[in-house]
Amino acid sequence: MPFNLDILALSPPGWGGVLLGGLLASLELAAGGYLLGLVIGVGGAFGKLYGGPILRDLLEIYTTLTRAVPELVLILLLYYAGTDAVNQLFLLIGLPAVDISGLAAGIFVIGVVQGAYSTEVLRGAIKAVPSGQIEAACAYGMSPFQALRRVTLPAMLPYAIPGLSNLWMIATKDTALLAVVGFSELTLVTRQAAGSTKAYMTFYLAAGVLYLLVTLFSNIIIGFIERHARRGMPRTV
Amino acid sequence: MSEETSILPIYIPPKARSLLEPHRLFLAAVFLMIVLCAAWLLRWDWLPKYGPRLVYGVWQTLVMLFWTSVIGFLLALPIGLVQVTGPRPLAWLAKGFCTIIRGTPLLLQLWLLYYGLGSLFAQYPEIRSSFLWPYLRQAWPYGFTALMLSFAAYEGEVMRGAFAGVPRGELEAARAFGMSRWTVFRRIWLPRAIHRALPTLAGETVLQLKSTPLVATITVVDVYAVISKVRQDTFLTYEPLLLLALIYLCLTGALVGGFHLLERRIPTRGA
Repeated sequence: MPFNLDILALSPPGWGGVLLGGLLASLELAAGGYLLGLVIGVGGAFGKLYGGPILRDLLEIYTTLTRAVPELVLILLLYYAGTDAVNQLFLLIGLPAVDISGLAAGIFVIGVVQGAYSTEVLRGAIKAVPSGQIEAACAYGMSPFQALRRVTLPAMLPYAIPGLSNLWMIATKDTALLAVVGFSELTLVTRQAAGSTKAYMTFYLAAGVLYLLVTLFSNIIIGFIERHARRGMPRTV
Repeated sequence: MSEETSILPIYIPPKARSLLEPHRLFLAAVFLMIVLCAAWLLRWDWLPKYGPRLVYGVWQTLVMLFWTSVIGFLLALPIGLVQVTGPRPLAWLAKGFCTIIRGTPLLLQLWLLYYGLGSLFAQYPEIRSSFLWPYLRQAWPYGFTALMLSFAAYEGEVMRGAFAGVPRGELEAARAFGMSRWTVFRRIWLPRAIHRALPTLAGETVLQLKSTPLVATITVVDVYAVISKVRQDTFLTYEPLLLLALIYLCLTGALVGGFHLLERRIPTRGA
């Protein structure tokens, strides 16, 4: 029966190396998109909490729209619209059109989607920080940025970590959607390997195991980070 | 430590606002302009031709969403329950199932079932000659199974928490009234758990709606597949996708509103 493990060998007659390459691409995408999403999320959360009325409304529209439309549709829209917009911009300032790398476009897409979710997670976490702590930082004469870096961000971290780790899991799984736009990450590579060897079951199971390993490994790391961030806080069950 | 020293109002909770504030009117005008520009400048002449097919696609999406959620939820009940009270091996089995389904992308599960299992089935003459084969040759059973299992795993995790969160005292009181274990489950434990899980159920169902377009990648016809067909036929990039986003937006809004109504009908004491 079809479980012939030789085709998973790392060197070229086997497809193992290709799969690992796809996994690496997936992880790059997930990490890049996640970080971009975090940056958007910090900005968005502060905008939603302290911004003016127009900024608040705009951010509300952004998070609502992004969370209501399927990721697959958003990825298609942003993938084409994003690359198109950059090329139009280059055309406008007189530069020749460029071929945007799939990785950059993919990171942008995942980042925009993740940004909406992390905005909400971080907003909740910042609101959970006792306001007296932030006020104390301001009373010490710290600038808003110093207060953010020294007090607000570290103090909100324990509240944000469960939500943020969830988002990381979603990011690793959302990268699979970029297979639909033809980016060679783990799922698409698996499909190609399976299609050319006809060993569908073997390859899809192997890819599943790789994704599962990423999840389990991430869980361990997140456990460490959470314990570090919660040090000195009362234990809650 | 006097209370009056806090001068800096760091976080001002937003006041309840109405839609008719000046800046909102301005924003609404801007968005109306954008929508009008989109309607005026983009091509929409394909819409009448594909209208009936779009309606059919939306219907298929909704049917898929409804049945996968209902059956997935029924599967989630035992999955959640055995993790709280079941025998060890069953609990481990349920936990493993949840971990595997939640740890891998749905797209991969879908392709595993359709391409992997589908090609495996085709190799056995016994299956090919069985009465199930006319169904197994189509794509939708695989899409349906993948979506159903995914919902069962995510909701099973929610139900585990909900079952575990029902106060012990209520169950003990029911036992003290002389109810059998099954009666306690049917009258107290299950209704209370579902009640606790209801708020998250709305979120899970929206997530499920957002997963349904994935089945179009294995040739099941839903609204996403219809839009893909439009894109292939007309060579338009944005117009069909924008319409698709709008359709999903409306569906999500209707779903959230529906669950809101449902939650309001169920009496709660306090908060």
